[in-house]
Order: sequence, then C-alpha cells, then structure tokens
Amino acid sequence: MAEGLTVEARGLTKRFGTREVLSGLDLEISPGEFVALLGRSGSGKSTLLRVLAGLDSEVDGEFSVHGTVSVAFQQPRLLPWRKVWRNVVLGLRGRGADRGLAERALAEMRLRDHADAWPRTLSGGEAQRLSLARALVREPDLLLLDEPFGALDALTRLAMHALVADLWAQHQPSVLLVTHDVDEALLLADRVLILDGGAIVAEHVLTHARPRRLADHLDVRARVLADLGVTDHAIA
Amino acid sequence: MSTVELLERVAEPVATVQAKRRKRLPDLRRWLSPIALVVLWQVSSATGLLPPDKLSSPWTVLRAGIDTARSGELGEAFAVSITRVGVGFAFGAAIALVLGVVAGLSNWGNALIDPPVQMLRTLPFLGLIPLLILWFGIGEEPKIVLVALGVAFPLYLNVHSGIRNVDDQLIEATTALGFTRWERLWHVVLPSAVPQTLVGLRQSLGIAWLALIVGETVNADAGLGYLINNAREFLRTDVIVVGLVVYAVLGLVTDALVRLLERKALRWRKG
Repeated sequence: MAEGLTVEARGLTKRFGTREVLSGLDLEISPGEFVALLGRSGSGKSTLLRVLAGLDSEVDGEFSVHGTVSVAFQQPRLLPWRKVWRNVVLGLRGRGADRGLAERALAEMRLRDHADAWPRTLSGGEAQRLSLARALVREPDLLLLDEPFGALDALTRLAMHALVADLWAQHQPSVLLVTHDVDEALLLADRVLILDGGAIVAEHVLTHARPRRLADHLDVRARVLADLGVTDHAIA
Repeated sequence: MSTVELLERVAEPVATVQAKRRKRLPDLRRWLSPIALVVLWQVSSATGLLPPDKLSSPWTVLRAGIDTARSGELGEAFAVSITRVGVGFAFGAAIALVLGVVAGLSNWGNALIDPPVQMLRTLPFLGLIPLLILWFGIGEEPKIVLVALGVAFPLYLNVHSGIRNVDDQLIEATTALGFTRWERLWHVVLPSAVPQTLVGLRQSLGIAWLALIVGETVNADAGLGYLINNAREFLRTDVIVVGLVVYAVLGLVTDALVRLLERKALRWRKG
C-alpha cells in the first residue's frame, strides 16, 4: 500500500445478483485532492461512494481509506426531532459536541440564526448547507459528496458550488464528488473521472486557477462530454 | 460575486415566516343548538312528556350528581374504576411496548411474535368476557385483563409499524457518521416511532374506557358500572346519567392528556 494516499482501491468488484455494478475498479485519491466522478445513471457512481463510506461491505477487491470519512447525500438526511445545532454535532458525539462548536460551524454556512430552529423549517438550500456543516464539523480527511446539489434549484446550486469551493480551500479535505453535472465537475475538481460499466474509463486533470469560469475549459468540457457519449452537435 | 453575497441573495428566509398563532374567539353560535337541546329536554321533563323512569330531567341529574358526590358514593366508584383502567392500561401498554419493540427491531422477533398477535387481534376481545369470568372469577382480574387486552392490540400495531417504517436514509446517514447499533436504536429508530406510538396510545386509551364500561356493566360490586347497575334496580335514571357523564368526561380528559403529550413530544413536526 502506497504511503500518503487518502483513498486507494484495487480491483473493486460489486455484484447485485448477476449484474456487475463495479468491475475491477481502481482508484487513488491524494490528500487534499478534489476528485469529481462523472457517469451516466447506473454507471456505479453511487455504489462506489457507498463502498468508500463503509455503507456497503459486501464487495470484492481491496480498498483502504485513511482517516475520518464524512458523507453528504443528495437529500440532507437530518434528524427532524433534533434542533439545527444538535444536527450539526451529531457526528461528534461526546468529543467536543458542544454548542459553541456547532455555532461556529453554522456561522460558516450562514445558518447561525437557525441554530434553535427545527430542521423542517429550513429551505432546501439551507438544509443542504446544514448537511454539509454536519459533514465538515468532523474535520474529515475524506469528504464524500453524493450529488449533494442535485435536488436544489439552479440558483441555489450556483451558490453551493462557490461555498463548497471556499470550504474545500479552507479545510483541505480530499473530496470525492459524485455528480452528473459536467460543469459542476469542471468548476470544482482537480481531476475528473469518467465511470462507465463499473470501471474508470477516462481521466481529465484540470489545472486552471480558481475561482474558475466555464469559459476557461471548454476544450476539456468537449472531451468529457465525448467520453460520456454525448454527440458533437449536442455540445455546440 | 462572492459566495456570501450569492448566498444572501439566494437563501430564502423561509424560517422567519412563523406560522401565525391563531387565537380566535370561540364561535358562540356553536353553543346555540346544544343549549337548545338541554332546554328542550328540561321542558319535556317538566311537562311530563318525558317520564322520570325513562329519563330524568337535566336539573334532577345535576342534583343527583351533587348528592352522590357529597355522599362519597361517586368518588368511591370513580376511584375503583380509574384504578381498573390504570392497572389494566399499565399491563397492556407494557406488553404492547415490549412485543412491539422486539417484533419491530428483530426479524426473528417479527417472525415469532407478529403472526399470533395478528391472529388474536381478529378475535372480538369483548366476546372473551365469558372465558375471562371462567378463568378469573368475578373479581377485579377479569376487568383488568379485559382493559389490558383492549389496550395491547392497537398499541402493539402502532409501535410495530412505527419502528418498521423508520427512514432507511436516516439509518444510513447516522451509520456514516459512526453511530453504533445501540446509538442508532436510541437516537434514530425509537424517536422516529414516537408519532405512530402516540397515535396508538390515543386509540388504546379510547378502547380502555370502552373495555372498562363493558366489563363493569357485565358484573361488578364496585365502581361506576356498579353505580349505574345499582341505579337501574331502583329506576334512578338520574344516577345512571351521572355515571354516563362521568365516563364521558374521563374519556375526554385522557384524550386531552394524550394530545397535550403529543404537542410536547412532537413540537419538531410543526413548521
């Protein structure tokens, strides 16, 4: 096992019945690296993320994840019977799960005023920010994001992209972002992986300075879309 | 545009719009017809249209209520009846909670417990009175068992389904946050079963009173049912109505208590 990698997976294979969802997948993520995983529905994106999160242990192959892992899902998955601030520190339990810490994390997400609210009173974007706060307050070495902006409206999604970019720059976790939004991947990631048929079929390294603009990497965008099987005239 | 600006423009202040506390005055018109009915009842009694051996006048009922309360008769009957319901409810609820939690949490528990409970549930439990009398005689036991049976089934069903219907997404999310099995049980599964359990509690309390009334009416030597039966022997329809009113008030009070409990326990549900 190589030293210093946050995630190292070799030959991951996962079957549901006779269907092979992951077939011999290899993956490496370095500390602090932001990796986006693109793929069509059913390509095994979410399965891979669940395996790395430890939510699915029935998998063949080897993988190791170094350090603390946090997950943010497409739905915020808050405990509705816990006040907002208690949801933030849910993953700390005992070690420093105090209100001050929760309020600092909420302030970072501009949710401080909602500390004593019930999760049901939050808007979709607020709930998703709370879910991110809950993941980040654990100071994870690896942050797994499973289409966390997929259910948000377009404007809120843009704001979330900027927020995630800021938070990543500040906390420096390794990130694996599962998404099917190509532009989202190009704006945020150091490296874009294309998953197809349960294996990684292409990789694009992005070196543009941040904050990025879509116009910066139209060339990569075209290649990524081609990898995903989108035809030329659809891109133009 | 910075992140902060963007967020401020996008984040809608939904939570600040608190649901308005409606504090309307009670609609007095709704009192008109009940009062009219009581007046009609009183007038019918006074004019002899309604003979007292069929139904006493409201005024006589009120006086009978005061008299039986003064003599201690009503208080004593009340204490006996409420003890029966209390003890029966405690037994029934304890059994329902234990069985419901075990069947809800464990697949083996579910396989072993749920089928017989579902089968027994189809028995009309009030029809068991003859058997209960044969088994327990005519003392306190058959009445308490009847109440316990009436309480246990609805509560079991609701606890069971409350636990079974826990949101898998929350289980997964807390697992990812490092919760142990017991922490998930305590912080996720049981709290999520509370709303359904409270629904079951209301149903079972309603049935508890019904079971008590039937049990006491069939045979008793103390309690509200005895008071009513005894009054029948002497054609005291006023005392019968007093007993019925007390039953009704008790049912309303317990229902209100559960609703209060619901409001306290389910504050998070209101937006």
